[in-house]
Amino acid sequence: MSDALSRDDVAKVARLARLVLSEDELDLYTEQLGQILEHARDMNSLDLTDVLPTAHPFGVTNVVREDVVTPSLDREVVLAMAPHAVDHRFAVPRILGEAP
Amino acid sequence: MKSATQIAADVRSGTSSATAELERTLTVIEQRNAELNVFLYVDVEGARAAAAQIDARVARGEDVGPLAGVPIALKDNLCQVGVPTTCSSKILDGWRPPYNATVIERLLDAGAVAVGKTNLDEFAMGSSTENSAFGPTRNPLDPSRVPGGSSGGSAAAVAADMTAVSLGSDTGGSIRQPAALCGLVGVKPTYGLVSRYGLIAFASSLDQIGPFAKTVADAALVLEVLAGHDARDSTSLPEPAPRLVAHVNDGVAGRRIGLVRELFDGADESVVASVRAAADALRAAGAEVVEVSIPELALTLSAYYLIAPAEASSNLARFDGVRYGLRVSAEDVTAMMEATRTAGFGAEVKRRIMLGTYALSAGYYDAYYGQALKVRTLTIDAFARAYQRVDLLLGATTPSVAFALGAKTADPMTMYLNDVFTIPTNLAGDPALSVPFGTGEAGLPVGVQLLGPGRSEARLFAAARVLEIADGRP
Repeated sequence: MSDALSRDDVAKVARLARLVLSEDELDLYTEQLGQILEHARDMNSLDLTDVLPTAHPFGVTNVVREDVVTPSLDREVVLAMAPHAVDHRFAVPRILGEAP
Repeated sequence: MKSATQIAADVRSGTSSATAELERTLTVIEQRNAELNVFLYVDVEGARAAAAQIDARVARGEDVGPLAGVPIALKDNLCQVGVPTTCSSKILDGWRPPYNATVIERLLDAGAVAVGKTNLDEFAMGSSTENSAFGPTRNPLDPSRVPGGSSGGSAAAVAADMTAVSLGSDTGGSIRQPAALCGLVGVKPTYGLVSRYGLIAFASSLDQIGPFAKTVADAALVLEVLAGHDARDSTSLPEPAPRLVAHVNDGVAGRRIGLVRELFDGADESVVASVRAAADALRAAGAEVVEVSIPELALTLSAYYLIAPAEASSNLARFDGVRYGLRVSAEDVTAMMEATRTAGFGAEVKRRIMLGTYALSAGYYDAYYGQALKVRTLTIDAFARAYQRVDLLLGATTPSVAFALGAKTADPMTMYLNDVFTIPTNLAGDPALSVPFGTGEAGLPVGVQLLGPGRSEARLFAAARVLEIADGRP
């Protein structure tokens, strides 16, 4: 498997997961995640080349239903729990740069 | 404490009332919740209204169902309309779901009274209920110790005689492990037997909802109500609920049961002694018990701690401050999401999200996540081979009895090792349960684990009932 987990790896993963870590947390998580991944390396003791990965324990495949309209949650009920809603929509801070 | 079976019989016959049973529950909660921190929310008003309605229906001569007037505690990762649902996380603080989980609909339809929401390790990630944003739950049998986790609040509710039964969820042992540590019956059903619609997802290929109870018959009664196909969960098995209560006293005569070395090796002496005594009790009841070895199980902990975090990292991406729960303001949307998730998630949740993100990231996917899915296949095949030779398997549920608060919080791997005997079944998708058998250190209960192939719940309950009787609970 790959080399040991680095502090930069943890910083990158935190960015991907939308988490902000302090310097101390970076040190701590680098050590802890490294230990967990080290334990996981025992899976390397096996040759799994010809083993198929599990998709579902009982081999159940895609489940579909008839394409008919059924009632769903009322929009106002759902939006009532939103941190911020405007004009019947979820509202978030700006996504793109300055308005032209 | 009356069993759920007895409460339902009394309420149906008019010997007791849903209101009287609920008031008894509320009194015990009032007496013990401050010390034990079992319930995060008690729905006093809603429960009283529901109980009054049950009583009115009984008075009119209606059949109110198999759980008539039974107060039940719900793990706080199950959605109930209008009732705060937190997953013990600050990120969902204040959120009230707009719909009911299917299991809650089924309980209410069966006449049960939903009392409130119980504490858990945040997003069900943990084995002690210490990873809660709302403080740890204490073990009612010894408040200096943990109740186990992640469904520790639901286990403690039953162990403290607050309710006769409760619901938990089990991804890697989160029902069976706290059941063992609190002296209860706890069941992880076959994957797909119970709908997860309305269960806030942790690891979708592993999560199952199941009951806690003091008796095997009560656990069977509740599971029979929960089970059966639900079109709203695409992983739900397309078949009706099995009959379970009717088979509780079937016994084990003629059954072949495998005592699995890997499922008790390394456990404390008293735990091993209980497992061996359980094997003797099953033998005395007419089963043939043979020792078996399933070496593949040695790798399941590693596979689990990649698969479950990988799925969690994806499932928990939805908590971004946009649609529900906490939002921490920031000037652009990415900064808002980062600020929200950083403030909202606790340390263990962050650890698992990052572990999962890493295991799925470019360059590491094959080495970690892909490898873990192949180990999962080996586990499924190994169990399937074992079940060609035996009907059920027997082992320990946990390596030790309930441990002290704070004893295992310093190092994540130490805590993860608690799940070493419960994880294999989740990977296989098979059912398993923990039933109290004997005692260990400080007179605390020991749980033994019974495992079976998919859809073997009736067989598991029958064997558990044999152990319950042999352990002095006729």
